Amino acid sequence: MARYAIEVNGTQRTVEVDGDTPLLWVLRDTLGLTGTKFGCGEGLCGACTVHIDRKAEKSCSVPIEKAAGKSITTIEGLAANKNNPIFKIWIEREVSQCGYCQPGQIMTLAAMLNQNAKPSPQQIAETMNGVLCRCGTYQRIREAIETIVREG
Amino acid sequence: MAERIKHTRREFIRIFSVGGSGLILASYVPLRGFIQKKGDTPKVFAPNVFIRIESSGLVTVIVPRSELGQGVFTSLTMLVAEELEVDWEKIKVENAFSDKRFGDQNTGGSTSIRRSWEPLRVVGATAKTMLITAAAARWKITPSDCSAEMGVVVNKISGTKLPYGELVEDASKLPVPTSVKLKDPKDYKIIGKKIHRLDTPGKLYGEALFGIDHTLPGMRFATISHIPTFGGGIKSFDATRTKALNGVLDATAISTGVAVIAESTWLAFMGKGLLSVNWEPGPNANVSSESIRNSMSAKLREPGEMLTRIGTSAMPQKNETVIEAVYETPFLAHAAMEPMNCLAHFKDGKVELWAPTQNPQAAQTAVARALRLKEEDVTVYVTFSGGGFGRRGDVDYAVEAAELSKHAGKPIKLTWTREEDTRHDFYRPPSIHQLKGTLNEHGKPASLRHHVITPSIEEFKSQTKLDPAHYDFKGGAIEREYQIPFMELTGSIVTTPVPLGYWRSVYRSQNPFALESFVDEMALAARKDAFEFRRDMLPEKSRLLNVLTIAAQKSDWYAALSKGHGRGIACASAYDSYCAFVAEITLDRKDNLKVDRYVCAIDCGLVVNPDTVEAQMQSCIAFALSAALKQRITVRNGGVSEGNFDSYPILTYEEMPKVEVHIVQNTLPVGGIGELGIGVTAPALCNAIYSATGKRVRTLPVDLTQVN
Repeated sequence: MARYAIEVNGTQRTVEVDGDTPLLWVLRDTLGLTGTKFGCGEGLCGACTVHIDRKAEKSCSVPIEKAAGKSITTIEGLAANKNNPIFKIWIEREVSQCGYCQPGQIMTLAAMLNQNAKPSPQQIAETMNGVLCRCGTYQRIREAIETIVREG
Repeated sequence: MAERIKHTRREFIRIFSVGGSGLILASYVPLRGFIQKKGDTPKVFAPNVFIRIESSGLVTVIVPRSELGQGVFTSLTMLVAEELEVDWEKIKVENAFSDKRFGDQNTGGSTSIRRSWEPLRVVGATAKTMLITAAAARWKITPSDCSAEMGVVVNKISGTKLPYGELVEDASKLPVPTSVKLKDPKDYKIIGKKIHRLDTPGKLYGEALFGIDHTLPGMRFATISHIPTFGGGIKSFDATRTKALNGVLDATAISTGVAVIAESTWLAFMGKGLLSVNWEPGPNANVSSESIRNSMSAKLREPGEMLTRIGTSAMPQKNETVIEAVYETPFLAHAAMEPMNCLAHFKDGKVELWAPTQNPQAAQTAVARALRLKEEDVTVYVTFSGGGFGRRGDVDYAVEAAELSKHAGKPIKLTWTREEDTRHDFYRPPSIHQLKGTLNEHGKPASLRHHVITPSIEEFKSQTKLDPAHYDFKGGAIEREYQIPFMELTGSIVTTPVPLGYWRSVYRSQNPFALESFVDEMALAARKDAFEFRRDMLPEKSRLLNVLTIAAQKSDWYAALSKGHGRGIACASAYDSYCAFVAEITLDRKDNLKVDRYVCAIDCGLVVNPDTVEAQMQSCIAFALSAALKQRITVRNGGVSEGNFDSYPILTYEEMPKVEVHIVQNTLPVGGIGELGIGVTAPALCNAIYSATGKRVRTLPVDLTQVN
């Protein structure tokens, strides 16, 4: 057990856990930020995607010792601004079904758009292929992303 | 919290089942519908378990079925709100808890809308009627001189208005009416509209709680290493290394495996990895996919039990054409995105559970039985579920969590790993289909015989031999709408120790694949177009013919196909609905398959929320394409081999075809939409592959290297 300082959604937090504890479980079990979801634990499904220093990372595969000292944004942090066009279009286009993967979809997309507001369809596909949706909301995700990219 | 007051409620609703097909909320025992929360304010009008109206005007609807992504949180609320005449924007919705007063809460079989259609509208109309009666009494006019809209009763004579909130106390003193008038569909303001889902914003913001997100003070975290073989056991286990891990609190054997209890989910997972268990392999350690397949194949030489016979069998005719084929499908897992989990709190001989379940009443019964409690001492609060697809109709995770909480004396949050979720599912049974069709000398279909060979889910659940009259795998094996002079369904059950369960559309996931692919084989033998061959078998006024025709038209069925492109059609009727899909695919020179487009036509009668119907068609296609293209559960040494999404993959963003949905508008009885599209997705796909390549796929998942 050791103490790790991380900045989560703009707030400095200190947690005392083993260094190999994945960030996912620190967020969920230690800090109570359950918007970040557990799906596979192997970096295969993307449900746990958060931003670490503005980059999308699968938090199930990032040990806390690697996240220490870094700035982390979770879906709760992104949702501090409900006017974010992703949320608005996701609601308008009724993208979500069960909703379990959607925080991961949204965090992945938000990080991509932060780096490149006009990604190509290939870039979008390569990025979004990393987040699985069992309900099959992909078509509406695609339409929502196309709208965001088109309207800037 | 709403649930806390349920035992103080005095109202009672009698619900009975009619013909086994529907629940009718027949009458209300005329008790007073008034209840008070602790602290005496606010006053609440609750004429039944489904509605609460507070003096502030806040209207809460409690949805009796589980929200799994299919939209019932919104669509069932629409049924109540339509008749209650409330402001949709101000309505509050809650998930239900296990309670027979809600009727059957099992969310499955595409029944949520169909079985709630009448009762939930009656629920809304009843409350509205009582509020109107209360207002009329206050105004000293007759109720017929009042109307209700947007949460307000209007005096039609004077134009005066009274909000519902101001009427709750008066309405609560009234007897509950035994019959109420329902609205004419032409007056609907909510039903039939594209209504935004009420659960969506909270889920997007990370605020909504799925089962896995629920917590309680003092809660501990647990996971389970399940017995790896079907019917196996635990000889002994050594948890020394597990317990040496800082933060691991306990390791204990329960009915299904060895559980680790820790201070976090991660520590429980780590502790599980350090367990040393001497498993008892049990009697099934030699069972494999191959051994099961061999016993299924052996049945190909037997006639099978006679299950359905339509028309009369004619003697073989001169110049008739005989077509025969054998189709095959594998075991499948559900792979819901939210792994199995449950929060349980055993205290003072009672258990409360927060469960992402499709069947809270079954969980209540199972937990009560396992812990030797009375059912009323077990309460299951339904949470949002990260997908269900039938998996959450089984309630093993709830029993495990309850056992562990009793053992630990603390609230326990049980979370399975993804690998455990894949390996300890209740699987979609595999199947072999033997089909034989004949065409007369004019190329018209004369007969169709379908022999289905499969393990039986019902036989597994009941652990008793089924009488052929109760064989459970008939759905979708014969399409009764087809006007073929003679159709016959026979069936053979193969017993396996593999746990079996309901997988979205159940046997309608395998049977239509075989049937609708084989219909194309018959069309080919008859030298007929696949659409026209089906069209000519359907009666003129058939709803199936209508959707088939729409799908063909909207997909531009007759448009020329360039090399490497293919188009396939399939149709089915079930759940009081009718659908037809056209799939379009592309194959490159290396046989890399791309599914380009599905055009869907769906007739599900009166549509409650058209946006949900479209979403469910997309969802059925994604779910069924995952299975058709990628998925197979392999049984080896009496257990399941696949584990995470690398070995049991699901469709990705890029692989999702464009889906176009055309909904038939009518006011016929409401049909189900969550499952019907599953069965037609694979045959439309395989028929398209045939049209592009001349290769007939008869085994799922599709593997073109194995097809000549």
